[in-house]
Amino acid sequence: MTRNWTNPLRDPRDKRLPRIAGPSSLVIFGVTGDLSRKKLMPAIYDLAHRGLLPAGFSLIGFARREWEDQDFGEQVHDAVAEHARTPFRESVWNRLAEGIRFVQGSFDDDDAFDRLAQTVRDLDTERGTGGNTAFYLSIPPWAFPVVTKQLARCGLAESSEDVWRRVVIEKPFGHDLASAKELNAIVNDVFPEESVFRIDHYLGKETVQNILALRFANQMFEPIWNANYVDHVQITMAEDIGLGGRAGYYDGIGAARDVIQNHLLQLLALTAMEEPVSFDPKALRSEKVKVLGATRAVGPLDETTARGQYSGGWQGGKKVPGLLQEGGFSKDSTTETYAAVTLEVQNRRWAGVPFYVRTGKRLGRRVTEVAVVFKRAPHLPFDSTSTEELGQNALVIRVQPDEGVTMRFGSKVPGTTMEVRDVTMDFGYGHAFTETSPEAYERLILDVLLGEPSLFPVNEEVELSWQILDPVLEHWAKGGSPEPYQPGSWGPPSAERMLERSGRHWRRP
Amino acid sequence: MIIDLPSTTTSQLNKKLVELRERGGAVALGRVLTLVIAAEDDDQLEEAIDAANEASREHPSRVIVVAKGARTAAPRIDGQIRIGGDAGASEVIVLRLYGPLASQGQSAVVPLLLPDAPIVTWWPGGGPKAPSKDPLGELAQRRITDSAADKNPIRALQARARSYTDGDTDLAWTRLTNWRAQLVSALDLPPYERITGASVTGEADSPSTELLAGWLAEYLKVPVKRIKTTSAQGIVSVSLDRPSGPIELHRPDGRTGTLTQPGQPTRRIALQRRDNRDCLIEELRRLDPDEIYEAALQGLGKLSTPRKKTSTASAASAGRKKAASAKAKA
Repeated sequence: MTRNWTNPLRDPRDKRLPRIAGPSSLVIFGVTGDLSRKKLMPAIYDLAHRGLLPAGFSLIGFARREWEDQDFGEQVHDAVAEHARTPFRESVWNRLAEGIRFVQGSFDDDDAFDRLAQTVRDLDTERGTGGNTAFYLSIPPWAFPVVTKQLARCGLAESSEDVWRRVVIEKPFGHDLASAKELNAIVNDVFPEESVFRIDHYLGKETVQNILALRFANQMFEPIWNANYVDHVQITMAEDIGLGGRAGYYDGIGAARDVIQNHLLQLLALTAMEEPVSFDPKALRSEKVKVLGATRAVGPLDETTARGQYSGGWQGGKKVPGLLQEGGFSKDSTTETYAAVTLEVQNRRWAGVPFYVRTGKRLGRRVTEVAVVFKRAPHLPFDSTSTEELGQNALVIRVQPDEGVTMRFGSKVPGTTMEVRDVTMDFGYGHAFTETSPEAYERLILDVLLGEPSLFPVNEEVELSWQILDPVLEHWAKGGSPEPYQPGSWGPPSAERMLERSGRHWRRP
Repeated sequence: MIIDLPSTTTSQLNKKLVELRERGGAVALGRVLTLVIAAEDDDQLEEAIDAANEASREHPSRVIVVAKGARTAAPRIDGQIRIGGDAGASEVIVLRLYGPLASQGQSAVVPLLLPDAPIVTWWPGGGPKAPSKDPLGELAQRRITDSAADKNPIRALQARARSYTDGDTDLAWTRLTNWRAQLVSALDLPPYERITGASVTGEADSPSTELLAGWLAEYLKVPVKRIKTTSAQGIVSVSLDRPSGPIELHRPDGRTGTLTQPGQPTRRIALQRRDNRDCLIEELRRLDPDEIYEAALQGLGKLSTPRKKTSTASAASAGRKKAASAKAKA
């Protein structure tokens, strides 16, 4: 029936109409967590405020707390009032609040899940959600098997032609290839792959999506986007904060697993992939899978990788503890807080172009960027003195903060002599578009409800990423303690040496 | 910062702009469009500038306000440049034109346009009957009128339907987007049945109601009844008839809508009336011709108006005279 029906009011040219999700509800496991309070609930309100949620949309919280619907509603209200991006509007909130429910229970409590199933059914009859439900698992991975089994037992995991059921999971997607496969098997046992949405919130960011627009909507970049012109690529994600209070999650995981495996390899895939046949999810994914499949860590790993751990010291006018002094970390922890890896993409476009990928905590400042550094001009028809100060051209995609694109190139210094020096040309999102671009979570939650999977990595991408990183992790595991580095610096000395060997150096972001 | 340049010329204004940029850093670098506001020099002018400033947070622009002053005065341009806190994320150039210059706005605007960037002209008050023939409209890729702000909204809308050119748009149409979105998504749900008829109820002088009815008539290809009421402001309700029962979207209070469909529970939807800022942001989001608006204008001719009016018609005409422009907004 659905297939024969064409909505007479829909017109593909009608670009004003927002993409409103169909009737649906969202169940959040782990509603008491930080992520849920700071990101998910505000994002849901912001979606409602922008009119993108369907009439009758319902939000169900599941947690151990002894709450009633109203108590949970109050929690959501406070979270929204504090963190939402759009102004608080009573009429929007009242409509949203009507659909808020809470189910109390623990993950092994059969009774609680039966009540959850009943609540989902009730909401269908009361508010017309159509039974369509997304389950957001904002819980640690060890709880996945229990929860997915419970959902299956209550019949909440079964989709049919008219009713969809989707599951949303967050990183970490395992801690190596084997565990990632195991996790995928557990989830796929209950939910088919097309119903699994893995959130990598970086992919919801406007700037990240703009990489594709920049590359494939323009004529001026793609012709030089290859080994003939590109010298190397640097992908950086730096944070200035430490890991105080996050020991439970971070100890034994480390920077590479936490950031490189997901965010940075996804950025690499988008930067290096071939042009997709179209922008439909399947075409996009197959290009990402192709490029990740061609990516390898370059050896010898002693020389091409660097790992560090921040020590105590002064950072930005404040005395900060080293990792080993942070509460919760063992005194001999070998967890790395800085990781840098040299990768190469083994295909014709990128042969011989190193991709340097680095991430760390307590670095100079918070910044994420992709820098494509070009080769020097093959011939400079100037005196050697006039181009002494000329560096390499670079195109930098600034992912956060201060989203935008920077281009670096040489320009004549005003004056009577011919002297060329580097200058930058800047495009700032904040200047050219909205200052209130949607939060990544807004976009991603809406995409889950719409069933639009382009921005979510599939299990194959996750497994390929581990395959790239596993040799490095194994090598490091044999190597003892990471090298200490000063807080507020740009990483350990070995990171500098890693590039110096080939006459290159890290950009200071 | 507000800089007044009384009795000036456009080249002096341009010089001042360059000087300000060199002194204060980035002004007009990331501007994506030039917004020309064509208005009378009256008390509603500031309101329009405020809306444009708000909209500039999403669409950084150079705003050129062409305010027509007294026609009988000696010819003169009073310029004013606003940047920083007084101009949102834009820079605002107010040109007050007096005497014969008042009708020569385009000559003052052209030298101030941003290179390459698209131009949008907005008439926040009563606009021309044929926006694309107006000198300020001719400059622009996109022309935004507001029929609801006209003295006779329905006649203004009909005139614009006759003179429609690609790039025309009207805020009465923008105010409809939320209604249309709800109706479209209602039809995405079962039962998947043909629509046999429709009716749209709203104030007699609400151009948005007319447009909504026109849009339905054009796309559903069924007779659409346009029912006039005075029970509430703007659009009041829409009903789409189907064999199993009608889909109804009803908004009695101008804030919350109720959606009823056979086989589905009644749903309440936040459907508040939109302010000019909201509408302007949406308008500036796309600058290509709006084919759907064109189709809705065509649909205006297909409406049938039943004789009898719902609710008290006599009380209506008395009330309607007051604040005609404000209340006609959907």
